[in-house]
Amino acid sequence: MSKFRKKGGKGLQAINTSSLPDIVFMLLFFFMVATTMRETEVQVKVKVPEATEVKKLEKKSLVSYIYIGRPIAHVARMYGTEPLIQLNDKLVSEEGIPYESLQDFVLFEREKLPEADKNKMVMSLRIDENISMGKVDDVKQALRRAKALIINYSARKEYRDQGRQR
Amino acid sequence: MARSTPEVNGGSLADIAFLLLIFFLVTTTMDTDTGITRLLPPEPDPEQEDVEVKVNQRNVLVVLLNRSDLLMVGGEVMDRLALKDKTVEFFTNPLNKQDLPVMEDTEIQFPPGSSSLLPPNGMWTGKVSKGVISLQNDRSTTYGKYLQVQNELVAAVNTLRNDFCRLYFDKEYEELNTANPIEEEIQTGIRKRYKMNISESEPKNIGGRN
Repeated sequence: MSKFRKKGGKGLQAINTSSLPDIVFMLLFFFMVATTMRETEVQVKVKVPEATEVKKLEKKSLVSYIYIGRPIAHVARMYGTEPLIQLNDKLVSEEGIPYESLQDFVLFEREKLPEADKNKMVMSLRIDENISMGKVDDVKQALRRAKALIINYSARKEYRDQGRQR
Repeated sequence: MARSTPEVNGGSLADIAFLLLIFFLVTTTMDTDTGITRLLPPEPDPEQEDVEVKVNQRNVLVVLLNRSDLLMVGGEVMDRLALKDKTVEFFTNPLNKQDLPVMEDTEIQFPPGSSSLLPPNGMWTGKVSKGVISLQNDRSTTYGKYLQVQNELVAAVNTLRNDFCRLYFDKEYEELNTANPIEEEIQTGIRKRYKMNISESEPKNIGGRN
Protein backbone atom coordinates (compact mmCIF):
# COMPACT_ATOMS: atom_id res chain seq x y z
CA MET A 1 0.00 0.00 0.00
CA SER A 2 1.49 3.27 -1.07
CA LYS A 3 1.78 6.02 1.35
CA PHE A 4 0.64 8.75 -0.97
CA ARG A 5 -2.55 8.30 -2.83
CA LYS A 6 -3.56 10.64 -5.54
CA LYS A 7 -6.59 12.69 -4.88
CA GLY A 8 -9.57 11.84 -7.07
CA GLY A 9 -7.66 9.11 -8.84
CA LYS A 10 -10.89 7.66 -10.10
CA GLY A 11 -11.49 10.44 -12.74
CA LEU A 12 -10.58 9.95 -16.37
CA GLN A 13 -7.08 10.75 -17.40
CA ALA A 14 -6.77 13.95 -19.42
CA ILE A 15 -6.13 13.40 -23.14
CA ASN A 16 -2.75 14.59 -24.26
CA THR A 17 -3.41 17.55 -26.52
CA SER A 18 0.14 18.57 -27.20
CA SER A 19 -0.09 17.40 -30.85
CA LEU A 20 -3.34 19.27 -31.50
CA PRO A 21 -1.59 22.43 -32.74
CA ASP A 22 0.41 20.33 -35.16
CA ILE A 23 -2.73 18.76 -36.57
CA VAL A 24 -4.50 22.07 -36.92
CA PHE A 25 -1.47 23.69 -38.52
CA MET A 26 -1.38 20.87 -41.01
CA LEU A 27 -5.01 21.51 -41.89
CA LEU A 28 -4.31 25.22 -42.09
CA PHE A 29 -1.44 24.76 -44.52
CA PHE A 30 -3.54 22.42 -46.62
CA PHE A 31 -6.24 25.02 -47.00
CA MET A 32 -3.77 27.82 -47.61
CA VAL A 33 -2.24 25.90 -50.48
CA ALA A 34 -5.36 24.37 -51.99
CA THR A 35 -7.59 27.41 -52.04
CA THR A 36 -7.55 30.84 -53.56
CA MET A 37 -8.68 34.15 -52.16
CA ARG A 38 -12.25 35.09 -52.83
CA GLU A 39 -11.89 38.30 -54.77
CA THR A 40 -15.26 39.29 -55.99
CA GLU A 41 -18.72 39.09 -54.64
CA VAL A 42 -20.89 37.69 -57.40
CA GLN A 43 -24.18 39.50 -57.48
CA VAL A 44 -25.83 37.42 -60.16
CA LYS A 45 -26.85 33.81 -59.96
CA VAL A 46 -24.62 31.76 -62.22
CA LYS A 47 -24.87 28.03 -62.67
CA VAL A 48 -22.39 27.27 -65.41
CA PRO A 49 -23.18 24.41 -67.78
CA GLU A 50 -21.42 21.08 -67.80
CA ALA A 51 -18.99 19.99 -70.49
CA THR A 52 -16.56 17.15 -71.01
CA GLU A 53 -13.79 18.99 -72.82
CA VAL A 54 -12.97 21.53 -70.15
CA LYS A 55 -9.44 22.60 -69.37
CA LYS A 56 -8.03 24.44 -66.43
CA LEU A 57 -7.36 28.14 -66.83
CA GLU A 58 -3.66 28.41 -66.33
CA LYS A 59 -2.63 31.94 -65.52
CA LYS A 60 -5.05 33.60 -63.15
CA SER A 61 -3.47 37.01 -63.60
CA LEU A 62 -4.45 37.10 -67.27
CA VAL A 63 -8.08 36.32 -66.61
CA SER A 64 -10.93 38.78 -66.26
CA TYR A 65 -14.40 37.62 -65.48
CA ILE A 66 -17.71 38.45 -67.07
CA TYR A 67 -20.74 37.10 -65.28
CA ILE A 68 -24.17 36.94 -66.85
CA GLY A 69 -27.16 35.78 -64.89
CA ARG A 70 -30.27 36.79 -63.03
CA PRO A 71 -29.56 38.98 -59.99
CA ILE A 72 -29.57 37.46 -56.51
CA ALA A 73 -32.44 38.36 -54.19
CA HIS A 74 -31.25 41.60 -52.59
CA VAL A 75 -29.90 42.95 -55.89
CA ALA A 76 -33.13 42.02 -57.65
CA ARG A 77 -35.01 44.35 -55.33
CA MET A 78 -33.11 47.24 -56.91
CA TYR A 79 -32.61 46.15 -60.48
CA GLY A 80 -35.45 43.74 -61.20
CA THR A 81 -35.11 40.13 -62.19
CA GLU A 82 -33.96 40.51 -65.80
CA PRO A 83 -30.52 39.02 -66.56
CA LEU A 84 -27.66 41.36 -65.74
CA ILE A 85 -23.99 41.52 -66.60
CA GLN A 86 -21.29 41.79 -63.98
CA LEU A 87 -17.73 42.70 -64.94
CA ASN A 88 -15.28 41.39 -62.33
CA ASP A 89 -16.89 42.98 -59.28
CA LYS A 90 -18.89 45.73 -60.91
CA LEU A 91 -22.53 45.20 -61.76
CA VAL A 92 -23.64 46.81 -65.00
CA SER A 93 -27.04 48.23 -64.29
CA GLU A 94 -27.82 49.86 -67.60
CA GLU A 95 -30.48 48.49 -69.89
CA GLY A 96 -29.72 46.82 -73.16
CA ILE A 97 -26.24 46.18 -74.48
CA PRO A 98 -23.47 47.72 -72.41
CA TYR A 99 -21.04 48.20 -75.28
CA GLU A 100 -19.48 51.23 -73.61
CA SER A 101 -18.99 49.53 -70.26
CA LEU A 102 -17.51 46.45 -71.85
CA GLN A 103 -15.14 48.51 -73.94
CA ASP A 104 -13.97 50.45 -70.91
CA PHE A 105 -13.68 47.26 -68.92
CA VAL A 106 -11.47 45.60 -71.53
CA LEU A 107 -9.25 48.67 -71.80
CA PHE A 108 -8.96 48.94 -68.03
CA GLU A 109 -8.11 45.27 -67.58
CA ARG A 110 -5.60 45.33 -70.43
CA GLU A 111 -3.89 48.33 -68.88
CA LYS A 112 -3.23 46.31 -65.73
CA LEU A 113 -1.26 43.63 -67.57
CA PRO A 114 2.46 43.83 -68.30
CA GLU A 115 3.37 44.79 -71.87
CA ALA A 116 4.29 41.27 -72.93
CA ASP A 117 0.98 39.78 -71.82
CA LYS A 118 -1.35 42.40 -73.22
CA ASN A 119 -2.46 40.24 -76.13
CA LYS A 120 -2.84 37.14 -73.99
CA MET A 121 -5.71 38.49 -71.95
CA VAL A 122 -8.41 35.90 -71.37
CA MET A 123 -12.04 36.77 -70.83
CA SER A 124 -13.72 34.13 -68.76
CA LEU A 125 -17.43 34.09 -69.50
CA ARG A 126 -19.27 32.73 -66.53
CA ILE A 127 -22.78 32.53 -67.88
CA ASP A 128 -25.80 30.85 -66.40
CA GLU A 129 -26.97 27.95 -68.52
CA ASN A 130 -30.50 29.30 -68.84
CA ILE A 131 -29.56 32.68 -70.29
CA SER A 132 -30.60 33.16 -73.89
CA MET A 133 -27.87 33.50 -76.50
CA GLY A 134 -28.97 36.99 -77.55
CA LYS A 135 -27.27 38.54 -74.56
CA VAL A 136 -24.22 36.31 -74.98
CA ASP A 137 -23.92 37.21 -78.67
CA ASP A 138 -24.05 40.90 -77.80
CA VAL A 139 -21.24 40.49 -75.31
CA LYS A 140 -19.20 38.49 -77.79
CA GLN A 141 -19.66 41.18 -80.44
CA ALA A 142 -18.57 43.82 -77.94
CA LEU A 143 -15.50 41.79 -77.05
CA ARG A 144 -14.63 41.44 -80.72
CA ARG A 145 -14.91 45.16 -81.13
CA ALA A 146 -12.65 45.68 -78.11
CA LYS A 147 -10.19 43.16 -79.55
CA ALA A 148 -10.38 40.83 -76.58
CA LEU A 149 -10.50 37.69 -78.64
CA ILE A 150 -9.46 34.92 -76.29
CA ILE A 151 -12.53 33.83 -74.42
CA ASN A 152 -13.22 30.95 -72.12
CA TYR A 153 -16.69 29.56 -71.70
CA SER A 154 -16.66 28.60 -68.06
CA ALA A 155 -18.01 25.10 -67.48
CA ARG A 156 -17.94 22.36 -64.92
CA LYS A 157 -16.27 19.08 -65.70
CA GLU A 158 -18.80 16.49 -66.72
CA TYR A 159 -17.92 12.84 -66.43
CA ARG A 160 -19.67 10.71 -68.98
CA ASP A 161 -19.84 6.97 -68.81
CA GLN A 162 -18.05 5.29 -71.67
CA GLY A 163 -21.22 3.74 -73.08
CA ARG A 164 -22.83 7.03 -73.88
CA GLN A 165 -19.75 8.65 -75.22
CA ARG A 166 -19.27 6.52 -78.29
CA MET B 1 25.07 26.59 -13.66
CA ALA B 2 22.84 27.77 -16.42
CA ARG B 3 19.27 27.67 -15.48
CA SER B 4 16.99 26.10 -18.06
CA THR B 5 14.50 28.55 -19.45
CA PRO B 6 10.97 27.90 -18.31
CA GLU B 7 8.91 26.11 -20.92
CA VAL B 8 6.53 28.24 -22.95
CA ASN B 9 2.94 27.30 -22.43
CA GLY B 10 1.73 25.88 -25.71
CA GLY B 11 -1.82 25.37 -24.68
CA SER B 12 -3.18 28.31 -26.63
CA LEU B 13 -1.30 27.43 -29.77
CA ALA B 14 -4.14 25.24 -30.91
CA ASP B 15 -6.62 28.07 -30.42
CA ILE B 16 -4.52 30.44 -32.49
CA ALA B 17 -4.14 27.89 -35.26
CA PHE B 18 -7.87 27.20 -35.24
CA LEU B 19 -8.55 30.89 -35.57
CA LEU B 20 -6.29 31.13 -38.61
CA LEU B 21 -7.79 27.99 -40.08
CA ILE B 22 -11.30 29.33 -39.80
CA PHE B 23 -10.21 32.64 -41.30
CA PHE B 24 -8.83 30.88 -44.36
CA LEU B 25 -11.85 28.62 -44.62
CA VAL B 26 -14.12 31.64 -44.81
CA THR B 27 -12.14 33.93 -47.10
CA THR B 28 -10.98 31.49 -49.74
CA THR B 29 -12.63 29.41 -52.38
CA MET B 30 -11.70 26.00 -53.57
CA ASP B 31 -13.09 26.04 -57.10
CA THR B 32 -10.57 25.97 -59.88
CA ASP B 33 -11.56 27.67 -63.07
CA THR B 34 -12.30 25.27 -65.84
CA GLY B 35 -13.85 25.92 -69.20
CA ILE B 36 -13.64 25.69 -72.96
CA THR B 37 -11.27 28.22 -74.47
CA ARG B 38 -12.16 29.56 -77.90
CA LEU B 39 -10.86 32.28 -80.12
CA LEU B 40 -13.26 34.90 -81.42
CA PRO B 41 -12.77 35.99 -85.02
CA PRO B 42 -11.34 39.50 -85.31
CA GLU B 43 -13.78 42.21 -86.15
CA PRO B 44 -14.09 42.73 -89.89
CA ASP B 45 -12.56 45.86 -91.29
CA PRO B 46 -15.39 48.39 -91.77
CA GLU B 47 -13.90 49.56 -95.07
CA GLN B 48 -13.73 46.08 -96.39
CA GLU B 49 -16.75 45.21 -98.43
CA ASP B 50 -18.87 42.24 -97.58
CA VAL B 51 -17.49 39.63 -99.89
CA GLU B 52 -19.29 36.35 -100.22
CA VAL B 53 -16.55 33.90 -99.66
CA LYS B 54 -17.02 31.10 -102.10
CA VAL B 55 -16.68 27.89 -100.21
CA ASN B 56 -17.43 24.61 -101.81
CA GLN B 57 -20.74 23.33 -100.47
CA ARG B 58 -19.31 19.96 -99.58
CA ASN B 59 -16.68 21.57 -97.38
CA VAL B 60 -19.21 23.11 -95.02
CA LEU B 61 -21.21 21.43 -92.31
CA VAL B 62 -23.95 23.70 -91.06
CA VAL B 63 -24.87 23.18 -87.42
CA LEU B 64 -28.03 25.04 -86.51
CA LEU B 65 -29.54 25.55 -83.08
CA ASN B 66 -32.98 27.09 -83.29
CA ARG B 67 -34.97 28.98 -80.71
CA SER B 68 -36.50 25.84 -79.28
CA ASP B 69 -33.02 24.37 -78.83
CA LEU B 70 -33.49 21.86 -81.63
CA LEU B 71 -30.33 20.81 -83.37
CA MET B 72 -30.03 20.49 -87.11
CA VAL B 73 -26.83 19.22 -88.66
CA GLY B 74 -26.28 19.32 -92.39
CA GLY B 75 -29.99 19.51 -93.08
CA GLU B 76 -31.24 16.82 -90.75
CA VAL B 77 -32.51 16.99 -87.18
CA MET B 78 -30.05 15.28 -84.89
CA ASP B 79 -29.58 14.33 -81.29
CA ARG B 80 -26.75 16.09 -79.51
CA LEU B 81 -24.97 12.85 -78.70
CA ALA B 82 -24.76 11.84 -82.36
CA LEU B 83 -23.07 15.11 -83.30
CA LYS B 84 -19.60 14.05 -82.24
CA ASP B 85 -19.49 11.02 -84.52
CA LYS B 86 -20.94 13.05 -87.34
CA THR B 87 -18.22 15.66 -86.88
CA VAL B 88 -15.48 13.05 -86.80
CA GLU B 89 -16.80 11.56 -90.03
CA PHE B 90 -16.99 15.04 -91.55
CA PHE B 91 -13.37 15.84 -90.71
CA THR B 92 -11.92 12.50 -91.81
CA ASN B 93 -14.11 11.48 -94.74
CA PRO B 94 -13.01 7.86 -94.39
CA LEU B 95 -14.91 6.51 -97.40
CA ASN B 96 -13.92 9.40 -99.65
CA LYS B 97 -17.54 10.36 -100.25
CA GLN B 98 -18.40 13.06 -102.72
CA ASP B 99 -20.59 15.01 -100.29
CA LEU B 100 -17.96 15.18 -97.55
CA PRO B 101 -15.04 17.66 -97.56
CA VAL B 102 -12.19 17.60 -100.02
CA MET B 103 -9.04 16.06 -98.62
CA GLU B 104 -5.97 17.97 -99.62
CA ASP B 105 -2.47 16.53 -99.88
CA THR B 106 -0.36 18.24 -97.27
CA GLU B 107 3.09 18.01 -95.80
CA ILE B 108 3.53 18.72 -92.11
CA GLN B 109 6.90 19.02 -90.44
CA PHE B 110 7.33 17.15 -87.17
CA PRO B 111 10.56 17.09 -85.16
CA PRO B 112 13.02 14.75 -86.93
CA GLY B 113 13.30 11.36 -85.32
CA SER B 114 10.37 11.91 -83.00
CA SER B 115 8.34 9.00 -84.27
CA SER B 116 9.17 5.62 -85.78
CA LEU B 117 6.19 5.93 -88.10
CA LEU B 118 7.57 9.04 -89.77
CA PRO B 119 10.54 9.25 -92.15
CA PRO B 120 13.80 10.31 -90.47
CA ASN B 121 13.37 13.95 -91.46
CA GLY B 122 10.02 14.06 -89.64
CA MET B 123 7.95 15.06 -92.64
CA TRP B 124 4.40 13.76 -92.50
CA THR B 125 2.57 13.51 -95.81
CA GLY B 126 -1.11 12.81 -96.05
CA LYS B 127 -4.52 14.23 -96.66
CA VAL B 128 -5.87 17.07 -94.56
CA SER B 129 -9.54 17.96 -94.57
CA LYS B 130 -10.65 21.31 -95.94
CA GLY B 131 -13.89 21.07 -93.96
CA VAL B 132 -15.33 23.96 -91.99
CA ILE B 133 -18.11 23.73 -89.47
CA SER B 134 -20.46 26.65 -89.42
CA LEU B 135 -22.20 27.00 -86.09
CA GLN B 136 -25.29 29.17 -86.07
CA ASN B 137 -27.65 29.94 -83.26
CA ASP B 138 -30.75 31.99 -82.63
CA ARG B 139 -30.94 34.82 -80.14
CA SER B 140 -33.37 32.76 -78.09
CA THR B 141 -31.26 29.62 -77.94
CA THR B 142 -30.33 28.85 -74.37
CA TYR B 143 -26.67 29.21 -73.56
CA GLY B 144 -26.47 25.81 -71.89
CA LYS B 145 -27.53 24.05 -75.09
CA TYR B 146 -25.18 26.15 -77.18
CA LEU B 147 -22.24 25.23 -75.01
CA GLN B 148 -23.15 21.55 -75.16
CA VAL B 149 -22.97 21.72 -78.94
CA GLN B 150 -19.66 23.60 -78.81
CA ASN B 151 -18.45 20.91 -76.46
CA GLU B 152 -19.35 18.10 -78.86
CA LEU B 153 -17.53 19.82 -81.72
CA VAL B 154 -14.44 20.41 -79.62
CA ALA B 155 -14.65 16.84 -78.36
CA ALA B 156 -14.64 15.50 -81.91
CA VAL B 157 -11.50 17.41 -82.88
CA ASN B 158 -9.82 16.52 -79.60
CA THR B 159 -10.52 12.83 -80.18
CA LEU B 160 -9.00 12.97 -83.65
CA ARG B 161 -5.92 14.79 -82.40
CA ASN B 162 -5.57 12.42 -79.52
CA ASP B 163 -5.79 9.36 -81.76
CA PHE B 164 -3.14 10.78 -84.06
CA CYS B 165 -0.86 11.66 -81.17
CA ARG B 166 -1.25 8.22 -79.62
CA LEU B 167 -0.56 6.45 -82.90
CA TYR B 168 2.55 8.41 -83.83
CA PHE B 169 4.04 9.58 -80.56
CA ASP B 170 2.57 7.11 -78.07
CA LYS B 171 1.32 9.94 -75.92
CA GLU B 172 -1.92 11.65 -75.00
CA TYR B 173 -2.42 14.92 -76.86
CA GLU B 174 -3.49 16.54 -73.61
CA GLU B 175 -0.24 15.58 -71.93
CA LEU B 176 2.06 17.27 -74.45
CA ASN B 177 4.17 19.71 -72.53
CA THR B 178 4.39 23.01 -74.39
CA ALA B 179 7.38 24.09 -72.34
CA ASN B 180 9.38 21.44 -74.16
CA PRO B 181 10.26 22.73 -77.68
CA ILE B 182 10.04 19.29 -79.29
CA GLU B 183 6.64 18.53 -77.84
CA GLU B 184 5.48 22.02 -78.70
CA GLU B 185 6.43 21.39 -82.32
CA ILE B 186 4.50 18.13 -82.18
CA GLN B 187 1.48 19.99 -80.86
CA THR B 188 1.70 22.62 -83.58
CA GLY B 189 1.96 19.87 -86.17
CA ILE B 190 -1.07 18.02 -84.87
CA ARG B 191 -3.01 21.26 -84.82
CA LYS B 192 -2.27 21.57 -88.52
CA ARG B 193 -3.23 17.95 -89.11
CA TYR B 194 -6.65 18.42 -87.54
CA LYS B 195 -7.67 22.05 -87.58
CA MET B 196 -10.30 23.37 -85.22
CA ASN B 197 -12.30 24.85 -88.07
CA ILE B 198 -15.40 26.02 -86.30
CA SER B 199 -16.76 29.26 -87.57
CA GLU B 200 -19.47 31.23 -85.89
CA SER B 201 -21.55 33.40 -88.10
CA GLU B 202 -22.61 36.90 -87.28
CA PRO B 203 -25.60 36.68 -84.95
CA LYS B 204 -28.97 36.68 -86.61
CA ASN B 205 -32.44 35.37 -86.16
CA ILE B 206 -32.77 31.89 -87.45
CA GLY B 207 -36.23 31.39 -86.16
CA GLY B 208 -37.98 28.12 -85.79
CA ARG B 209 -41.36 27.32 -84.42
CA ASN B 210 -42.49 29.07 -81.30
